[in-house]
Amino acid sequence: MVNDNMNDIKNAKEKWLEQRSPLKDRDFKYETVSALPVNDLYTPADIENFDYLKDLGYPGQYPYTRGVQANMYRGRLWTMRQFAGFATAGESNERYKFLLKNGQTGLSVAFDMPTIMGYDSDHPRSLGEVGRVGVAIDSLQDMETLFSGIPLDQISTSMTINAPASILWCMYIATAEKQGVSSDKLTGTIQNDILKEYIAQKSWIFPPEPSMRLITNIFEYACKHVPRWNTVSISGYHIREAGSTAVQELAFTLADGFAYVEAGMAAGLDVDEFAPRLSFFFNSHIDFFEEIAKYRAARRIWARRMKEKYGARNPKSWLCRFHTQTAGCSLTAQQPENNIIRTAYEALAAVLGGTQSLHTNSMDEVLALPTEKSVQIALRTQQIIAYESGAANVMDPLAGSYFVEALTNKMEEEAEKYFAEIDRRGGVLAAIDQNFFQQEIADAAYHFQRTVDKGARVVVGVNKFADPNEQIEIEILKIDPEIERKQVAKVQKLRQDRNNLLVRENLDKLRQIAQGTDNMIPYILECVRSYATEGEIIQTMREVFGEYKEKPIF
Amino acid sequence: MAKKIRVLVAKPGLDGHDRGARVIARALRDAGMEVVYTGLHQTAEQVVEAAIQEDVDVVGLSILSGAHMTLFPRVCELLKENGAEDIMVMGGGTIPDDDVAELKAKGWAREIFTPGATIETIVDWIHANVKTD
Repeated sequence: MVNDNMNDIKNAKEKWLEQRSPLKDRDFKYETVSALPVNDLYTPADIENFDYLKDLGYPGQYPYTRGVQANMYRGRLWTMRQFAGFATAGESNERYKFLLKNGQTGLSVAFDMPTIMGYDSDHPRSLGEVGRVGVAIDSLQDMETLFSGIPLDQISTSMTINAPASILWCMYIATAEKQGVSSDKLTGTIQNDILKEYIAQKSWIFPPEPSMRLITNIFEYACKHVPRWNTVSISGYHIREAGSTAVQELAFTLADGFAYVEAGMAAGLDVDEFAPRLSFFFNSHIDFFEEIAKYRAARRIWARRMKEKYGARNPKSWLCRFHTQTAGCSLTAQQPENNIIRTAYEALAAVLGGTQSLHTNSMDEVLALPTEKSVQIALRTQQIIAYESGAANVMDPLAGSYFVEALTNKMEEEAEKYFAEIDRRGGVLAAIDQNFFQQEIADAAYHFQRTVDKGARVVVGVNKFADPNEQIEIEILKIDPEIERKQVAKVQKLRQDRNNLLVRENLDKLRQIAQGTDNMIPYILECVRSYATEGEIIQTMREVFGEYKEKPIF
Repeated sequence: MAKKIRVLVAKPGLDGHDRGARVIARALRDAGMEVVYTGLHQTAEQVVEAAIQEDVDVVGLSILSGAHMTLFPRVCELLKENGAEDIMVMGGGTIPDDDVAELKAKGWAREIFTPGATIETIVDWIHANVKTD
């Protein structure tokens, strides 16, 4: 740099301020979507202690601020992974084949609410919910249909499943066995992040302790038998969708990550055995620079803590690898076509932030499940960023921006404050019990809604540039109620046709193991292989572990 | 002084999306109503039981799981069976326009608010349509 004398820069700034200050600014609130105030200009004075090697380093090198791979997208583009699933396994299987044919490079399974909550399709609590928000999976039989004709040694699959993750994962392993694919060849991710369920997404079954045991059981089993699998996707996505700020998303997600690391170590595992398989899942909201700063800060914080606090020696344990999904909560039901534009900016932020995989929302997702057409536009958005925009040519291209570096530092500082507060409260589980996260998120959500309602935050097409005569003319994907009846009949027929003696035996064995301390995964796998249903396996564990109850607050 | 409007904000069904329900619950309380929030994963039976026990004027159902065409009618039926059909049922969530029209036409919901509705609109609507005795 020619003129890097800080005093000169500061003196020049004074002069500029004389010129700038009398100018009248627009009446507008200059803050991020998370209500973080931003200055009108950033200069070297805002990153005065900036140390390139210490704060950024090089891509693929500690502390990984600039990315987790040394060649980033020049080596391999991010995985374009559209979350999909609806109705029955047969229908979803067709959608997956459509997406793969259109150039998607990984699968991502959405399950229906009964599957997520551990109820079979014919359970009274499943009434009206079967196949609605995702695919209904009751047993291995459904999983075999879901991946029929899709070779599991050639595709990576992400499954958004948490409380019953162990069961669905076993079904996937068993489906691969039937295809002649051994478990060591499988690649993919189970979300398996129960902490954020208590905090934000609220799809829990068991209390925290047995839930954490199931997770560490999965860590251990994966090390030995499914070594290429991401055993948990530590998720900020739902925290953000529930209304948190970017800083809260960052801090609470990483705090959950540290809690899993501590749980794994407490279960006697070597941190370097399981930490390389931890992965993350972040939101990409509409505030472009804030999101990019968040991803960069996440990588740096994770690397530093894993190395310095938890003593991980394998560099793979230091990597914060993440999937990103654009923000569902930023989309509007009004003028839904505008959502294509929002999603495009959010996707670009994720790419400039160095994501490993990406889901772009479809414009109609505020209204219902997306149609094939809208999903295709969403996928094309990623392909345009990847192949046309040039955004993937240069690694971490915004590094060195005074603003982006200052904001990255700010994100880290604010996250550190939350880590200290969580420690003060006795850790993540204690803070959940105290409703700390839930209250922080509810406060942020309420503040945001108030700001929008008052018009202080503009949402185009909703509180500004709205069309009062708007008729939303958009095709809605309808789920035929007949699907529920068919799925109910299918699971009931399965219960008649299978070897029920074997199922009973396997469930009894699992119950015994659940009461002790052994790893439960091999026993769950046996249940699954004999076509025990998800609901039966969950019920067996529920009888041993009990159910979680939340203290409802607002 | 007029009796305060009593509202039960309920999350029937299996979905865990409680952001909207909690924002509304807090807004109604701030608007001077007495608000009870059921918490998540309630059956229709639990919702109706709470509505009667808490002696509310209105039940607001928040549903984002697509199960609205099952849950709204079920809650209405149960209110009727328990002689509590005077309790007004309204709701919100990800509910397509056609379904909103059908729910209202069949008397399963007096009003449905979908994404983009402001807090103020909802508060005003309740004030205009809910009579306390």
